[in-house]
Amino acid sequence: MSPILFYLFAALTVVFAIAVVANRNPVASALCLVVSFLGLAALFVGLDAYFIAVVQVLVYAGAVMVLFLFIIMLLDLKAENRRKPNLVAYAGGGLVALAFLSQLWLVLQRFGPGHSPMPTIWLAEGQTSIDDVHNVGTTLFSVHNLPFQVIGVLILVATIGVVVLSKRELK
Amino acid sequence: MTLTLNHYLFVSGLLFAIGLGGVMLRRNIIIIFMCLELMLNAANLSLVAFSRFNLVNGLPNYNAQVLVFFIITVAAAEVAVGLAIIVALYRARQTTHVEDINSLKF
Repeated sequence: MSPILFYLFAALTVVFAIAVVANRNPVASALCLVVSFLGLAALFVGLDAYFIAVVQVLVYAGAVMVLFLFIIMLLDLKAENRRKPNLVAYAGGGLVALAFLSQLWLVLQRFGPGHSPMPTIWLAEGQTSIDDVHNVGTTLFSVHNLPFQVIGVLILVATIGVVVLSKRELK
Repeated sequence: MTLTLNHYLFVSGLLFAIGLGGVMLRRNIIIIFMCLELMLNAANLSLVAFSRFNLVNGLPNYNAQVLVFFIITVAAAEVAVGLAIIVALYRARQTTHVEDINSLKF
């Protein structure tokens, strides 16, 4: 991935992530979140993780966003009316985030492997890009087969949980 | 000007910090939930970056990408359950503002 594209998509992701936090209208926040996730999917393509990029678009920009917008519509949320700003929360949130970022910056300066350029992938004769989906699938179904089945059970439990929670009265 | 692992890790850290700040300073429970998703995605970005920069036999380390796949699945399940809880809460209290939900506050 050329550095220009990296900076473009990284800036897109970060700017729209800030917009998620800064917007007072929940619908605008949700739409900014979609753009942020699309930028992240582009960064995944730049890292040669095509399968993860496609799953990111399908699951986050598709399913999760529809769910968020549907709930916002269902609850009929309006833009928040201005309340007395909680200065302690603003200062605390900003301070913790800034402290985390400065720590990260200092750690990354001393992180040796972090300064090496991106290694090139070995491609077979005649290949133009890696066989990403095939490789992820092989790893998923051979090495990580049991966790994959457990994830299926987890989704079943989540589905039943949502149905129980959404019933009119909890008994 | 070449891209290094640090570039990706810093973008990932930036996303995480935005999500963390959002969770701490926003009061709308749905926005807080969106910020949680941002933090999960920041972790995904650093995992994929580590997988790409740590080649095994000339291919990216696919164990990390499988872990990212699992994280996305768990996050989707978490969103479904969390939003159902928010709807149940809204039915009981008619609010999504966290300062109005303080029965457990000391």
